[in-house]
Amino acid sequence: MNLLKLLRRGSAPVARERLQLLLAHERSTRSQPDLLGLLREEILDVIKRHVAFEPDKVHIKMDRGRSVSTLEFEIEIPNGITISLARAS
Amino acid sequence: MAHVVVVTSGKGGVGKTTSTAALGAALAHDGDRVVVVDFDVGLRNLDLVLGAERRVVFDLISVINGVAKLSQALIRDKRLENLFLLPASQTRDKDALTEEGIAGVIAELRDRFDWIICDSPAGIERGATLAMRHADSAIIVTNPEVSSVRDSDRIIGLLDSKTVRAERGERVDKHLLITRYHPVRAARGDMLSIDDVLEILLTPLLGIIPESEDVLRASNVGSPVTLNNPLSAPARAYYDAARRLRGEEIAMHVPNESKSLFGRLFGRKAA
Repeated sequence: MNLLKLLRRGSAPVARERLQLLLAHERSTRSQPDLLGLLREEILDVIKRHVAFEPDKVHIKMDRGRSVSTLEFEIEIPNGITISLARAS
Repeated sequence: MAHVVVVTSGKGGVGKTTSTAALGAALAHDGDRVVVVDFDVGLRNLDLVLGAERRVVFDLISVINGVAKLSQALIRDKRLENLFLLPASQTRDKDALTEEGIAGVIAELRDRFDWIICDSPAGIERGATLAMRHADSAIIVTNPEVSSVRDSDRIIGLLDSKTVRAERGERVDKHLLITRYHPVRAARGDMLSIDDVLEILLTPLLGIIPESEDVLRASNVGSPVTLNNPLSAPARAYYDAARRLRGEEIAMHVPNESKSLFGRLFGRKAA
């Protein structure tokens, strides 16, 4: 039966694997506060203390892998005005 | 003793209303007193699937608001005298559903019926959480397809946290009903298998309903498939599911590839 399953190709095994990975994550975070939202808020607060940037120039990317996940912050900081604005605040 | 069952799924279009009507009719056909309650305020359809759309005068919200008595709002099925429908309101705002109002209606229904089957709206908003609020057990309708399985998982989480039973530290009995099962796709390996779905959702199986034209035909004419064509494959699967819901032990039948006469003669599968 197992051999049969291996020989039988189709998209279902991919569906199954994607679901298992996703649901394992969703179940573990179900009762917790929004971790990504919290991280975003606190990280941006720290950066804001030192440099000024437009809130809509912040891009956050996440990629969840099986063993490693990455969280990427890309913040556009305009040249020149940055330092003075930061000092002013 | 009365039993409150919610038919739920998260995702829309998986067969909640069809299954509510088919299971309600199957339970009533076997002698129980059954009421099916439509919780989809603004988008009611249970009346249509049951062929009672022209007989709706009052609805769930008129009962909650005290405009009508429960006995005035209940619509008796024309085919089965112990099957009743409590329709949803088509015009009212869905905020008219109140927690206390629902509790009152469910309590009153418990005195009159063996089965109170609540047809949940799609989604996880107020209508869906109110539909499951008083459930003793839940039927989670799932298609063997990724988005449906994911939403079912989410709904299972809500059943374990947002119901009266869960808040009291008790369990809501959960049953999985797999609908629109397509044997040919399953054999080809392009559809999640029954085992895959069960392993992912970890919920006992109530039944497997094959994808079938009979289901469409039944809703076209406004009759539950279990009454419209009781010998069809989906109807038999629903009858078996209804008996399992009652606690009977019935062997599970996995729909297999149906072969047409032509296919049988020439040894080909009907697609």
